[in-house]
Amino acid sequence: MADEAPLLSVRDLTVTFRTGRGPVRAVDSLDFSVRRGQTLGIVGESGSGKSVTSMAVMGLHTGAEVTGSITLAGQELTGLAEGELNRLRGRRMAMIFQDPLSSLHPYYTVGEQIAEHHRVHFGSRRAAARRRAVEMLGEVGIPEPARRAGEYPHQFSGGMRQRVMIAMALACEPDLLIADEPTTALDVTVQAQILELIARLQQDRGLAVVMITHDLGVIARVAQEVLVMYGGRAAEQAPVDALFATPAHPYTRGLLDSLPRLDDADDAPLRAIPGSPPSLLTPAPGCAFAPRCPRAAAAAPAERERCARERPGPTTAGGRLVACHLPLHTPAEARKGTP
Amino acid sequence: MTPTAAPLLSVRDATMTFPGRRGRAAPVRAVDGVSFDIAPGETLGLVGESGCGKSTTGRMIVRLLEPTAGSITYDGRDISRLGRRALKPLRRELQMVFQDPHSSLNPRQTVARIIADPLLVQGSSQAEARRRAVELMELVGLIPEHIDRYPHEFSGGQAQRIGIARALATGPRLVVADEPVSALDVSVQAQIVNLMERLRRELGLAYLFIAHDLSVVKRVCDRVAVMYLGRIVEIGAKERVYAAPAHPYTRALLSAVPLPDPAAERARERITLAGDPPSPAAPPPGCTFHPRCPRAQAVCRTEAPLLRITAPGEAREVACHFPGTAA
Repeated sequence: MADEAPLLSVRDLTVTFRTGRGPVRAVDSLDFSVRRGQTLGIVGESGSGKSVTSMAVMGLHTGAEVTGSITLAGQELTGLAEGELNRLRGRRMAMIFQDPLSSLHPYYTVGEQIAEHHRVHFGSRRAAARRRAVEMLGEVGIPEPARRAGEYPHQFSGGMRQRVMIAMALACEPDLLIADEPTTALDVTVQAQILELIARLQQDRGLAVVMITHDLGVIARVAQEVLVMYGGRAAEQAPVDALFATPAHPYTRGLLDSLPRLDDADDAPLRAIPGSPPSLLTPAPGCAFAPRCPRAAAAAPAERERCARERPGPTTAGGRLVACHLPLHTPAEARKGTP
Repeated sequence: MTPTAAPLLSVRDATMTFPGRRGRAAPVRAVDGVSFDIAPGETLGLVGESGCGKSTTGRMIVRLLEPTAGSITYDGRDISRLGRRALKPLRRELQMVFQDPHSSLNPRQTVARIIADPLLVQGSSQAEARRRAVELMELVGLIPEHIDRYPHEFSGGQAQRIGIARALATGPRLVVADEPVSALDVSVQAQIVNLMERLRRELGLAYLFIAHDLSVVKRVCDRVAVMYLGRIVEIGAKERVYAAPAHPYTRALLSAVPLPDPAAERARERITLAGDPPSPAAPPPGCTFHPRCPRAQAVCRTEAPLLRITAPGEAREVACHFPGTAA
């Protein structure tokens, strides 16, 4: 499995927006890859760059400067002409978003929208495309698909709309599915249905999935590999069990500690991370997490100075990556939490 | 809480029916006969999915809405039919914290004005209100020197602290918090949860804590009520409801929450409900949960179950014909 070439490979991805207040580097020197059948979870808070990353992969970064390399099954995507990207988008890679209602056209029936998608990419005839749309609606678990294909998006509930989006995304059998907070707007019982649906379709089709979310519970449920982003950069990347059991970055540790948990008997106050996520407009010269980091705060002055001044480069060991001057080394240290 | 303590708030059969859109559609019964008490200093968690009526319930309690039936008794007095003028002194005691801190703060007002406004309305002098605003900022962990700044100069977490300071300005005894942390970043949520718990201890506040996040509610509440389609389906001591949920909906809800622990997630048995919650404009007959319920029998389709205890001395009530903690 480890020998298999990744389907999606992102190297040194940097996305910069020009703004009235100067350039904003929303994503900075990011590396990651995903294999077929695998789910990479990207977790981060507002401004972490997780959604900008997904838009860059899809080539939807209008107005931003994108550098680095994005390859899908060996084909370089950066610098591709819009026409060529259009052929790949939807066909080889597809994306679903948080709010399906704003991603669906209100004037067309859902059947027409899925069929249109299929016609564009396969040049299929109207009737065949229509049959495919009904088939897909059935596959994503929409009851009475033939009848519902003739209905408009507003006639569907939130969970059913997300199913429609998934049907549309998968109608052309893409290899890669990017899901950007696909269940954040849904109720928890409906979220469980959608996550199960994505997992089943992934298994059936060998899809590579990038699951972008702020919810560590969703990550724990679906991902095999996890990338934690903070301030536009990778803080840590690791296989899912290792990340949750022995987080190496103080931010990851802090996130896990601050969560209230259903399976926690302890009612002591939560260990909150002080402060707020950083603004990308005024990036810190050093580690983006340094101003909130308990390890930096407790470190000797020279080390603290280093965290504040010098950006930690990523170090890789044992299939894990961490970008921190003061990582949590030993499992015991990681378990007992930051000082 | 001792059961003998007189409740601070007592809600009986509160119902809220909204007329159908443009008078054509059927009326929507958003809340359908809910009853519960909140003791002084107690936190009741109110959970449920979108459209279950939990926010409407909160708004009735602070009397932003007038219930169409039933009663709301605060400190021994029925407030469910009071008019604007009669409600004014009560506004000191019943306050609300909203979900989106930025959209619930006036962008054209300074923090001083936002926090002092409730005091000015209640008749404080300008100087007195400003002095109190400084105190409140310190209390909620804001820097008092920022008193003349505007909401956009604050992060989401800080803006929620402003919303909390405003709610506390008049010294309320009961605060209805409607999804107070769900719009915040994960790393900031814990700060606000800890703040609300500290304020409750220091000021003896009672909360109605409304949230869809069951993990957050478990952390903050003493008792919890689970709503489904306008009704309370289970209510009781947190320990009972979370450790041994008796209503099939509560069981499904708890089992659907993703745990931030991959090993636990893999080992776990989940109850996946079919379908979506039905529309409150056309609730199913009998038990409104029956179309999604794995345990539904014939009686569930015709008879609505009432809230009742399932064993003598049980600290929890459940509205189900076939309650039980076994699968």
